[in-house]
Amino acid sequence: MKFSKVAVAAAVGAAMIAGSAQAQSVKIGNVVELTGGGATVGNNWKNAVVMAFEEINAAGGILGKTVELTNYDTQTNAQNSRAMVQKALDDGSYVILGPIYSSSTKVNMILTQRAEIPQIVGSEAPFITTSGNPYVFRTSFGAAQSMPKLAAYLKDGVKASSVGVIWVNDDFGKGGRDTVITELKKRGISIAVDLSTEVGQADFASDVIKLKNSGSDAVFAYLHEEESARLLKEIKKQGLRQPIVGETTLMNQKVIDLAGDAANGAKGHVGLSADAPVPAVRAFAKKFEAKYGNKPDHNGIKGYVAAYTVKYVTEKMGKFDSKAFARTLHGLTISPKDEPGILMEVTWDDKGDVDRQSFLVEVVGGKQKIIEVLPKLGN
Amino acid sequence: MAEFFQLLVSGLATGSIYALAAVGFTLLWQASKVINFAQGEFVMLPAFFILIGTQVLGWNFIVALLFALICTLVLLGYFFKRVIIDPMLPHGVLPIVIATIALGIVMRDSVKEFYSAEAQPFPAVFSEETVSVFGAVISVQDIAILITSLAAITLLQVFLTRTRTGRCMQATAQNRAVAEILGVNVKRMILYTFLINAALALMASVLISPIYLAKFSNGQSIGLIAFIAAIVGGFNQVRGALVGGLLIGVIDNLSAAYISAEYRTAFPLILLIIIILVRPQGLLGTAEERTV
Repeated sequence: MKFSKVAVAAAVGAAMIAGSAQAQSVKIGNVVELTGGGATVGNNWKNAVVMAFEEINAAGGILGKTVELTNYDTQTNAQNSRAMVQKALDDGSYVILGPIYSSSTKVNMILTQRAEIPQIVGSEAPFITTSGNPYVFRTSFGAAQSMPKLAAYLKDGVKASSVGVIWVNDDFGKGGRDTVITELKKRGISIAVDLSTEVGQADFASDVIKLKNSGSDAVFAYLHEEESARLLKEIKKQGLRQPIVGETTLMNQKVIDLAGDAANGAKGHVGLSADAPVPAVRAFAKKFEAKYGNKPDHNGIKGYVAAYTVKYVTEKMGKFDSKAFARTLHGLTISPKDEPGILMEVTWDDKGDVDRQSFLVEVVGGKQKIIEVLPKLGN
Repeated sequence: MAEFFQLLVSGLATGSIYALAAVGFTLLWQASKVINFAQGEFVMLPAFFILIGTQVLGWNFIVALLFALICTLVLLGYFFKRVIIDPMLPHGVLPIVIATIALGIVMRDSVKEFYSAEAQPFPAVFSEETVSVFGAVISVQDIAILITSLAAITLLQVFLTRTRTGRCMQATAQNRAVAEILGVNVKRMILYTFLINAALALMASVLISPIYLAKFSNGQSIGLIAFIAAIVGGFNQVRGALVGGLLIGVIDNLSAAYISAEYRTAFPLILLIIIILVRPQGLLGTAEERTV
């Protein structure tokens, strides 16, 4: 009898402690590519998210609650990403961060929409924000925002009258390819050759030979990171002379590290860069490098910004309310003056697209060199 | 014409690397009736032995290469035979197929878990310059890869046909019982075969990793293509594996350039089906008879 009273008291106590701990924390699910073809980008994002929430927790958490972050691995597989998002929802996530691959976001964002949980993604394919989902938000430019800037650079900066386009045959690549071809044609630039490649493709010999013999004035490459590095190595191996221009992935520091000398001379547009002439971004890059031993790429910056977006929006609302979070973020501008962790002033529109400064970059001596700072589109 | 020539040279270079892996398939099959479905991972792993040497232990490339050679011969040659093949061999081909598939998965996931899931840069062993030949710009690296691979396979062929040990290995491959009666140390000959297979895998790894980057998943595609190359060329002939590898490399490049890049991975399989229907023993293979 005595024992059962003690046991009941202990159980009640444990439940109270557990309940109290639960009340003191908020769950956030980070669903991202930790293995598979997207591991390079996914781990950059994950590390930055972990770092940001460690900082946030060390500074007292969000509205006094500790962030309980759980990382879920999509294995760079769209169907698996859907299962992981469902698991993150079932685990009670207040907001979901990730994934990065557009093909994964395409199949899992319907789950967060149904659950009315905001999802802050790293994906760049146009359809992410044109499908009318009020719960999905980008952290970087979509192809619809970046391609006009690139097409203008190919016309005015490179002076190209014909361009060879090489792209990866998935949702990310198709979206970028369709948008850039439309923008190039609007500016009177012809497409000398239009080459699709596969995710995980290892051998780019035949593609580079076709680009080399296409007679184009420049090559536009829109592939994922590892494939971009393999393409650049093959381009160097085959002695292709045309200027290589790309979007953020081609300029990624990991691509530069993997491709080595072959990356030198490549140019492109980046929405976010650790080498941007912005003190807050450089300070973040320094902290990241000190913690993880490698320089962050744009995905690291996106992950960091995503975490601080959760903090800022929640504190602005003064409560944990997932539905109100989505409503608040539409049309919101966050300035580093208000939230230093946001790094650069950023505005979300009513579709969830972002607008901020961006950069034209060239790879020189294995590093990104900023050629030009481009203003916010809304300016 | 220049484009065709460039595609041909590039395809031959890549195909010659496939041939190195394919020769391994044929050697093991001839010596001990083993089909090694971890052969692709055997090509993937030595690159990581070298990276451990250069990146983790801080050695220069040559020392790391020697370290990788020792690791490869011991782990992928000796221990592969003693720990996996020898206990499984009495139970027939199927358990070995299953065991090597499992081994491939273990190797892949071990590299992912203990080294990295991300691709790693790998130093090029040959110059990355280009030369102009008949108006076509050809990569020096491609030519060097082609020459190195062909030289290795030619040396192997000379070793097998012109040396006493090589002839003993061939005798073992042709008829184990008779070779044993004639005084050939059959067990040692089979061990030599496994060691040669491991050395060829290391060579293929060093040649292909600068282009494909070192990654845990590389073995899947290399293993499949090498297997197809071995069947297309003739599973019981070293020179058949060479022809099969070169043919697959060239067909892959030409089909991607002139037919369809989207279906490039399908063309080697289509070739495989045609070969099986028309000439089941492979292009240079010899028909084998079995009592059933």
